[in-house]
Amino acid sequence: MTASVPVEHSLFLAAILFVLGLVGVLARRNVMFILLSIEVMFNAAGIAFVAAGSEWAQADGQVMFMFILAVTAAEVAVGLALLLRLYRHFTTLNIDAASKMRG
Amino acid sequence: MLGLLWLVPILPYAGFLILTLLGRYLPRKVSGVVGTAAVGGSVVVTVLLWISFVSAPPPDNVYVQLLWPWIQVGSFSPEITLHLDSLSLVMISVVTFVGFLIHLYSTQFMIDEERYNRFFAEMNLFVGSMLTLVLADNLLLLFFGWEGVGLCSYLLIGFWYQDPANGRAARKAFIVTRIGDAALAFGLFLLFDNLGTLRIQELMQRATEQWSVGSGIAVAAAALVLGGAIGKSAQVPLQIWLPDAMAGPTPVSALIHAATMVTAGVYLIARTHALFILAPAVQLAVAIIGAVTLLLSGFSGLAQRDIKRVLAYSTISQIGYMFLALGVGAWSAAIFHLMTHACFKALLFLSAGVIILRLEHEHDIYKMGGLRRELPLVFWVFLIGACSLSAVPVITAGFYSKDLILYDAWVSASGSPWLWGAGLLGALLTSFYTFRAFFVAFLREPTPTVKKASPLTRTGAAMGIPLIVLAVLAIVAGVADLPPILGNKPFLTDFLHTALPEVNEVRGSLGLERLLTSISGLVSVIGIAVMYFLFIPFPRLVQRATKTPVGVALHQLWQAGWGFDWLDNEFIVRPFVWLARLDKDDVIDLFYDGVAWVTRGLYHALSYTQTGGVRLYAAAIALGAIFVAALVVFL
Amino acid sequence: MNVVFYISAAVAIVSTALAITRMNAVHALLYLIVSLLAVALVFYVLGAPFVAALEVIIYAGAIMVLFLFVVMMLNLGPESVEQEQQWVKWYVWVGPVFLAGILIIELIYILLGERSLLAGNHNVSPTQVAVTLFGPYLLGVELASMVLLAGLIGANRLGRGSTSGRGKGKDR
Repeated sequence: MTASVPVEHSLFLAAILFVLGLVGVLARRNVMFILLSIEVMFNAAGIAFVAAGSEWAQADGQVMFMFILAVTAAEVAVGLALLLRLYRHFTTLNIDAASKMRG
Repeated sequence: MLGLLWLVPILPYAGFLILTLLGRYLPRKVSGVVGTAAVGGSVVVTVLLWISFVSAPPPDNVYVQLLWPWIQVGSFSPEITLHLDSLSLVMISVVTFVGFLIHLYSTQFMIDEERYNRFFAEMNLFVGSMLTLVLADNLLLLFFGWEGVGLCSYLLIGFWYQDPANGRAARKAFIVTRIGDAALAFGLFLLFDNLGTLRIQELMQRATEQWSVGSGIAVAAAALVLGGAIGKSAQVPLQIWLPDAMAGPTPVSALIHAATMVTAGVYLIARTHALFILAPAVQLAVAIIGAVTLLLSGFSGLAQRDIKRVLAYSTISQIGYMFLALGVGAWSAAIFHLMTHACFKALLFLSAGVIILRLEHEHDIYKMGGLRRELPLVFWVFLIGACSLSAVPVITAGFYSKDLILYDAWVSASGSPWLWGAGLLGALLTSFYTFRAFFVAFLREPTPTVKKASPLTRTGAAMGIPLIVLAVLAIVAGVADLPPILGNKPFLTDFLHTALPEVNEVRGSLGLERLLTSISGLVSVIGIAVMYFLFIPFPRLVQRATKTPVGVALHQLWQAGWGFDWLDNEFIVRPFVWLARLDKDDVIDLFYDGVAWVTRGLYHALSYTQTGGVRLYAAAIALGAIFVAALVVFL
Repeated sequence: MNVVFYISAAVAIVSTALAITRMNAVHALLYLIVSLLAVALVFYVLGAPFVAALEVIIYAGAIMVLFLFVVMMLNLGPESVEQEQQWVKWYVWVGPVFLAGILIIELIYILLGERSLLAGNHNVSPTQVAVTLFGPYLLGVELASMVLLAGLIGANRLGRGSTSGRGKGKDR
């Protein structure tokens, strides 16, 4: 009982989720929400890979997703550590506070 | 043994290299020995060359030695080749021998100088360049030597660079001769463009075959070469640098500005005589320039107080004689006079040097006097040199050479009695200014400066020997070319005949020669006598004459060298400075500044995007992604 | 089975949209976890059960939990909600939505140009995944482990902070 979802629809889903994540990154000021939206974008990319792997009956899509997962994990760890440093330094989570690299 | 030719210029260059690189580690004596020995080596080689050349002359009386190919671009392939014929042999003898004596003299003269080794290095470089100039087979190598001597002249005039006046004098010399050099360079371009070669002998041959006498191209080429010669030999109108060049040390004045460098112009014209024969108008111009210069500077020499300036104007005047000779077609006479002039002028300068040193750098002749008792050797050698310069009959070398020029000026096809007359008047003036300086400096009562001066502890053999040798030469060098009425042994003219054409005599006769010779001999003696009377028994006549309005005006005019410096300043320097000030902000540079300005503007504009705001950057990335996706979609 | 796909897709989209618009950080994270679970279901429908499991275990179970830990650590309190409300007014959404709209239109345009293959989805078993992973992509596995190591050390050093990190080590 395998599904027969056209691959475009999966890719549509990935595109929509990606764009939602992008909106979140651009619109929010809180660093936490920005990191969160970035996670959404990563996830969307992963959907695209898995859909393509499923389409072509290759395991490469899933392998790619696993690599994405590993990288995301590392990135989240470092990103949250940076968030903590940011909070300790500026006592706010407003990303515009860290704008000394100006001009 | 002619194969040793390459040593002649290379030894001084080697001396230069050694002294430049190792000079500071060598003690003074060694530097002096190295410098003098380098030129001395060239003297030895020159003697050997003479022996070979005379005993077994090479074919066509020309020996060419190719050292190495230099440039090879298409049909332009000058080489480093040395060309030895009778003319260059005579020239290198003069340069090396007088150069050697002056180097010897300088070992003692410059002994207190801090940059002693630098002095000898530059002098060696000069001698090397001058020898390159004289031995060059093609005009490009000649030009290389030409520039080299110009450089050394600049370096040596400004040797005592701590005084800015010396630097100015050096720059003036360099810039004025540059005008001549530019003319010469254009001449070279013209010649190569039209004749396809720069090798001098080939050039002369092709020019004679291809150009007709008096054609525009020949006139242009000859005129440009003449321009170069005028600059280097300090003829009117480019003579203004030589009197100021006396700011350099006396050996420099002796070697560069009397014996050798200033004669490079004469050599150049003699070498390229074919061009001038093809352009009679230019050759006439050479004679006229020579005549005008010898008269103008003769008058100027009468009004100078500085002994070196008197000698400088005298040099300009004597080179005017050489130009006069070249202009009337008396090529060998010019070279003969060049030879004798080198001897007695160097002698006069070197003796002046001894006086200056003794009186602790006093140059004013009116502050000297009674030097006969203080410096007896200098007195006698200066007298000999002065007599030779004034062409005292029979016993001095100057008489033979100057007389030959005067005679040829009358009898040559391109000469005229007017030119002879100018030369005769010049001879009178020569006696006048020379002996004015001599009597004032030596035979008057000693001035306080002289009484105060302490005896030189430094005059020794090194300074004395050159003086004596040059004095002897100033007397006997005349035997090189004895005119028909006094022995008829024209050794030099015959020797040079293989390289230079003979004078085309039209009006000559033995009787005329006797007459002219006696007149010129008489004139020089009269000059001496008049000066004696004006300065020793009756000095007040001169003093009263110089106080009259005419006298004052003439004196000022002559002392300023006929106002050439003023002319040059008003009509060339000032407009140029005005133009330079107009362009102070460098109009052409606006274009490049514009590029920088636009870049800076862009930078300012773009720096507004660097707000430091992360979200703005993220938005920019998103925009970029959209743009790229659009490219994919629509292209 | 297709229906499951579309329902989960809808859930994922809606919960993501909600996640990015919440004022409270914890709420947003929880909505995001819902979204991730929905996506895991999508993976299962597409025939990738292993990745579906991974999505739940690692993404929703580790990464999001890490987020939650940090939020708890920061201990922001109710003032943060008010702050967010001040920061996120309605006009803030205009620009991003505009940009995102253009992007989504472009993407849809590209995707519509593709031919639709009616072959459907294939089931790719974990065995196949493992074989591919430790076969051609072995180097990638090693590199991924290095990335994780780098992330670990980086987070360790950065997280230490300015006060507890000083005094130790030579580079003060």
